[in-house]
Amino acid sequence: MIINIMEGISRWAVPALVLGIPLWGLVRGVRVYEAFVEGAKHGLASAVRITPYLIAMFVAIRVFRAAGGMDLLLKAITPFTNMLGIPPEVVPMGIIRPLSGSGALGMLGELLHTYGPDSLVGMTASTIQGSTETTLYVLTVYFGAVGITRSRHALPIGLWSDLAGFLAAVLVCRRLF
Amino acid sequence: MINWIWFLLLAGGILLAAHSGDAASVTSAILGAAADAVTLVIGLLGLIAFWAGLMEIAEKSGLTQLLARLLRPITSRLFPDVPPQHPAMGAIIMSMSANILGIGNAATPLGIRAMEKLDELNRDPGTATDAMCTFAVVTTSSLTVIPITVIALRAAAGSADPTRIIGPTLAASGVSTVTAVIADWAWRRWTAARR
Repeated sequence: MIINIMEGISRWAVPALVLGIPLWGLVRGVRVYEAFVEGAKHGLASAVRITPYLIAMFVAIRVFRAAGGMDLLLKAITPFTNMLGIPPEVVPMGIIRPLSGSGALGMLGELLHTYGPDSLVGMTASTIQGSTETTLYVLTVYFGAVGITRSRHALPIGLWSDLAGFLAAVLVCRRLF
Repeated sequence: MINWIWFLLLAGGILLAAHSGDAASVTSAILGAAADAVTLVIGLLGLIAFWAGLMEIAEKSGLTQLLARLLRPITSRLFPDVPPQHPAMGAIIMSMSANILGIGNAATPLGIRAMEKLDELNRDPGTATDAMCTFAVVTTSSLTVIPITVIALRAAAGSADPTRIIGPTLAASGVSTVTAVIADWAWRRWTAARR
């Protein structure tokens, strides 16, 4: 019941906003078409401004992965994760999660296929994907759009909260499943 | 910090490739990734522009200010440096709502919009303000109610109960968000005390 409501919200939020906002604008006497075009022009410019930041990050991550750097990193980290009781299978996903959302989603798909979606590994990986963010991508895009190059404490705290989400996901799933 | 991560990823990858004598993989990774980044931007252009247009209407009609007033008790504590009536507050709230609802793709253009509004309050161009850091951190810690992509992926993999991870996800993402807010608050107190 609640899930149906929430799913309905996710499914209908966009169409509802696309109908509701211009309707509300008309009621309030806004020239909606002109306002839309003006805003879209602005949005187009900010989307173009993101491009160099994305190119920089995409190339660096892909080079590191292509050369086998990610595998090496894993080998170094696995003994510590074993000590903390983290299923080693989910570690690659946890590492790649802040760097690449599509990469992590691809890894999740692989894990669900290999270990089964209802296994401990499958449950834990699913929870990790849902409770953490592509921090590096979000910061790159958000700060890039306004030309911020000194992001101060945003990155360390963003990664710290990802780690907290990761560990919480591991703990909750170990307790529940 | 981004400077170092970026450099170490590049240098680490290239040195490893040099060690294994596989320069070709580095070159093809560079070519492919640069092209993919542009392809992604082309895919984003339309949606970002569309949402920016829609949000222009929302702002002109006073809708964002209306939402901001409803959520002010929470956001005024999270963003003490942002005037409650400033358009940035409305943009932040719209972006947060999209994130919590799990609209995913819609959240990014909304978040960029909020950043642009926050940058209008920035007196030191190029450096993130406290409010920008708080907003970025709250966004990346993403309080998730329904991780719909994960649920779809689980269903496709033949799960007996794809939605079973909603509870654990809400709990874990709650821990992550609370951690982010506390860490950000502590960091601000610490730097303010040193100033």
